[in-house]
Amino acid sequence: MNGLVNYALEGFLRSTYGAAQWQTIAQRAGLGFDRFEPLLDYPPDLTDRVIAAAAEILHRPRDTVLEDLGTWLVAPRSDGRLRRLLRFGGLRFLDFLHSLEELPGRARLALPDFQLPDMRLRDLGEGAFCLQVQDPFAGAHHLVMGILRAMADDYGALVLIDGGDGAITIQLLDATHAEARQFDLAVGAP
Amino acid sequence: MTADITVSGRALDRLMPLHLHLDAQGQIRRAGPTLIHILGQIKGQSVFDLFHITRPTGLMQMAALLRHAGEQLTLSPRLQPAAAWRGQIVPVKDGGAILNLSFGLNVIEAVRQHALTAADFAPTDLAVEMLYLVEAKNAVLDEFRRLSLRLEGARSEAEEQSLTDPLTGLRNRRALDLALGRACAGRQAFGLMHLDLDKFKQVNDTLGHAAGDHILRQVAQTLRAETRAGDTVARVGGDEFVILLPAMTDQAALMALAGRLVARLGRPMDWDGAPCQIGASIGITSSQMQDRPDPAHLLHQADLALYAAKNAGRGQARLAQASDGMPPEGAPAQATPAA
Repeated sequence: MNGLVNYALEGFLRSTYGAAQWQTIAQRAGLGFDRFEPLLDYPPDLTDRVIAAAAEILHRPRDTVLEDLGTWLVAPRSDGRLRRLLRFGGLRFLDFLHSLEELPGRARLALPDFQLPDMRLRDLGEGAFCLQVQDPFAGAHHLVMGILRAMADDYGALVLIDGGDGAITIQLLDATHAEARQFDLAVGAP
Repeated sequence: MTADITVSGRALDRLMPLHLHLDAQGQIRRAGPTLIHILGQIKGQSVFDLFHITRPTGLMQMAALLRHAGEQLTLSPRLQPAAAWRGQIVPVKDGGAILNLSFGLNVIEAVRQHALTAADFAPTDLAVEMLYLVEAKNAVLDEFRRLSLRLEGARSEAEEQSLTDPLTGLRNRRALDLALGRACAGRQAFGLMHLDLDKFKQVNDTLGHAAGDHILRQVAQTLRAETRAGDTVARVGGDEFVILLPAMTDQAALMALAGRLVARLGRPMDWDGAPCQIGASIGITSSQMQDRPDPAHLLHQADLALYAAKNAGRGQARLAQASDGMPPEGAPAQATPAA
C-alpha cells in the first residue's frame, strides 16, 4: 500500500510548489501519469524516483524534501487527518514518543497491508531519546524527523531533534513550552 | 482457594473509571471519576433511579440484580434513554456490589457529548483505539468515495467516447443502436431517416481524403443545425448517416425536414477555394409504420426507401411503404431539392 505514501508526496509537492512544478517532477521521474491513487500499489522504486526528481527540480537536498514532507503531513495546511491519528498516541508529547513503537501496529489495524517502518525508542535519560527508524526507502527517517518537529509544535513541547544514519536523537527541553493545539477525541473534531 | 484481596477506592477508580460501588439496597457509595464527570455527584442516589436496566428486563431490586452477577447487563442512563451501556455486577463482602460500566457501542457519542479524553479511560481500555479506528476507517472510506467519483468520471467519459464518431463528433453506430433499441423497447413514437451522400466517393477519389473528411464534417454541421437537441444524429458508415427523431412521425413534417436536408446538402461546398458538389438521398420511415417497431426491421425499411430514392435519380427523399420488406413502388411521396 505504498500508494498512500506516493499520494502524500504528490499532495505535498502540488500544494507547496504548484501544479506546474509537480508536472515537471512527475515527468522527470518518468511516471507516465500525474496522479497517484492512495489505495493502489505501485512499483516500490517509484517513491524514490519522485523524491530524486523533486530534489533535482527544486534544487533542494533530498533529506530536506523529505523532512518538509513530514512537517507538511502534520501541519494545519494539509487536511489534518494524520495529525489527528497521531494525537491518538497520547496525552503528552512523551506519550506520543512512546506510542511511535505502536504506530505500525495501529496503521495495520486500519489498513492491513500498510507497512510503516519499524521504530524503536530508547530512553537515554534526562529527557534524551534515541529513535531508531528502519528506513523502507533511503532517508525515510528524515520524513519522521519532519513529523516529530511538527508534532512537538502541536503538543506545545520544546525539543531538539537531530538525525543521521537512520537514528534520530530527541532532546525534550520543555514538555509544556507553549500551549498545545486543541485535540478532541470525538470523531470528526478538528 | 484464592486469597481475597482488598482494593482501595482510589485503585478502583484507576482500574475502572466507570464503576459504581453499591450498598445492599443499590444506593451508590462511590462512583468512578468518569461517571462523576458525566453524571455529576451521584453518591447516595439509587442505581435504579439513575439507570434503566433493559437487559435482563424488569430488574428493580438489588437481590434480583445480583442473581445476574457476572452476566452482561444492558442499561440506559435515565438522562439518555437512547444510549445502551454495558455493565457487569459482582457482589462484594460488605453485602453490596461493584457495578462496572462501559459505553458499549455508544462510545463515539459519549466521547463527543461529554468531551472525554484518553484520561477518562483506563489505559487497558481499547475505547480510544476504537475511536482511532473509526477515524482511520472514515479517512479510508472518504478516499474510496473520491476514487469512485474519479472512476465514474472516467467511465462516463469513456462511454461518451465509445458512443461518438471521432471524425464528425456525431453519434456512432453503437450509440444509434442503443437509442433506437431504447425507443423501440419503450414503445416511443419516432421518425427514422437513413441518409446517404451522393457523389461523395468522387470527391474522395479526386480531391483526396482530407477533402472527404472536410465534407463529412460540413455535412455533420448541417445535420446538427437542422435537427433538434433531442434527436440522435449518427454516422453509421463512410458517408451514411441515420437520424432518429423522437415524437416526429408526421409524414409531411418528416418529408419537409428531409427536403431541407437534401436542399442544403446539394449546395456546393468550399474546399481549398474550389467548389465541391455533393448531394444527399434519404429514406424515411417511422415507428407508426409497424405494429411492433423493431430496430432491425425499421432500419431495413429506411434502407429500402433510400434505395428507392437513389434509383429514382438521387438528390431526393422517399417515404417507406407499410408493405414492409418490399421496395417502395409507384413513388409514394417525393421531395425534390428546392433551388
